[in-house]
Amino acid sequence: MEKLLVANRGEIAVRIVRAARDLGIRTVAVHSKADAGALHTRLADAAVEIGPSPASKSYLVADAVLAAAAETGADAVHPGYGFLSERASFAAAVAGAGLTFVGPSAATIERMGDKVAAREVARAAGVPTVPGTPGGVDGVDAAAAAARDVGYPVMLKAAAGGGGRGIRVVDDEDGLRAAFGQASTEALKAFGDGTMYLERYVEKARHVEVQVLGDGSSAVHLFERECSLQRRRQKVVEEAVSPGITDAVRDRMTAAAVALCREVGYTSAGTVEFLVDDATQEFFFIEMNTRIQVEHPTTELVTGIDLVAEQLRIAAGETLRPGQDGIERRGHAVEFRICAEDPERDFLPQPGPVGRITLPSGPWVRCDTWLEPDATVPPYYDSLLAKVVVWGGDRAEALARSRRALEEFSVDGIPTTAGLLRSLVDEPWMASADFHTATLEHWLRGDKA
Amino acid sequence: MSRHEVVSPIPGVFYRRPDPDSPPFAEDGSAVSGDSPVGLVEVMKSFHQIAAGASGTLVEFLVGDEDEVDAGQPVAVIEIG
Repeated sequence: MEKLLVANRGEIAVRIVRAARDLGIRTVAVHSKADAGALHTRLADAAVEIGPSPASKSYLVADAVLAAAAETGADAVHPGYGFLSERASFAAAVAGAGLTFVGPSAATIERMGDKVAAREVARAAGVPTVPGTPGGVDGVDAAAAAARDVGYPVMLKAAAGGGGRGIRVVDDEDGLRAAFGQASTEALKAFGDGTMYLERYVEKARHVEVQVLGDGSSAVHLFERECSLQRRRQKVVEEAVSPGITDAVRDRMTAAAVALCREVGYTSAGTVEFLVDDATQEFFFIEMNTRIQVEHPTTELVTGIDLVAEQLRIAAGETLRPGQDGIERRGHAVEFRICAEDPERDFLPQPGPVGRITLPSGPWVRCDTWLEPDATVPPYYDSLLAKVVVWGGDRAEALARSRRALEEFSVDGIPTTAGLLRSLVDEPWMASADFHTATLEHWLRGDKA
Repeated sequence: MSRHEVVSPIPGVFYRRPDPDSPPFAEDGSAVSGDSPVGLVEVMKSFHQIAAGASGTLVEFLVGDEDEVDAGQPVAVIEIG
């Protein structure tokens, strides 16, 4: 691999250019019209404009990206996260053009991107999935029988459903018998199909995911991250390792993730996502992300392994370097996503010109960003301004340094979520890690977490 | 008759339809009320509906579907009454 095209923008494009430079690989940035002067385009060895400002006309146009690769003589493509990163057809097109795709094969992306196929892979690897009925149940008696196997509370869901309609959570068989007919009728009206299925309802769920690396023949894990603090299903704070699972669960979960990777012959970096029932510590496979993730730096800080560099080495055909025994974790890391959003106005995104900025730094603080003084935050892409990632010898030390780092962060000209994140760090439930996937929304509404 | 300009409160990309498979919120000549939607603005991957803000007849769109708009930019004209 001599010349890498980075098919992305923002902080992850900057991150990839830097990893490539560390390995002596030259880089090509692609950019939209709005990003002509962006940091990623200036740091790369070459830059090619691939279209107008909206992502649908530039970063999401696979042909434009491939044309830029051909024009500049790139021999590999790193997709980053978002955009084309989990589009199997893009991975296939890159390979079809004779280039190296930095990620798993198109077949693996497709297989793990299909929820039903991914669950089958998990079952074949002996990895637990959320207990439930595989398909629709035939009437209320069959539902009651199935619910006894699944275990209460259960969630009744419309097989044809979506958008939260036709969903009921019931605690026992009486509740199920009372709710079933109504939910089925609602589903029939909404979707033209009253078929219902069941799933275990996890009341207090934690979102824990295992970082993996595979080279097609062997696979290792780099421990896990917890991403339970979410708003509208978007992660806000992530940490490595999870403060909410026991060592025994950690051992079983990481082993399950590695088994799943072996089952698919996984190549590159990936993440196996689990739902953890906080009450019982049971964990269930949800899905696998076949790309680098936003929160990967937390894993880098606790393991000392550069995940993007490992992705590039694996893509270049090297065998996996770190053996499982050589991967150790040390201390604790927390990542805060700072966004150009106004918490006072229901998190309304706020693009526009910025003036002076101060980015946190100092001992054990990493700030991954594309932001520069006097930059303009474009309205076309996501609102992520920076990731502030902080390491400590233990979780308490990491949180104490997080206070300092978040206080240092300032941007003139637009509102950001930095102040809100700073106040979150002081919450007692944050210090004790007594949270689940609904906690942040409760807190923002002013309820007790 | 007075004219009312519908203004986008935020910068972004203007869409005349709720999704690519649906008809436009309104056409030239449509009767609208104050809370009738006339378009969507996508800003940083979130979508915000723009209401007419006055009752009357939508006589003209000032921007095209998928055009970029600035905060404060008029996007449509309504004749009140």
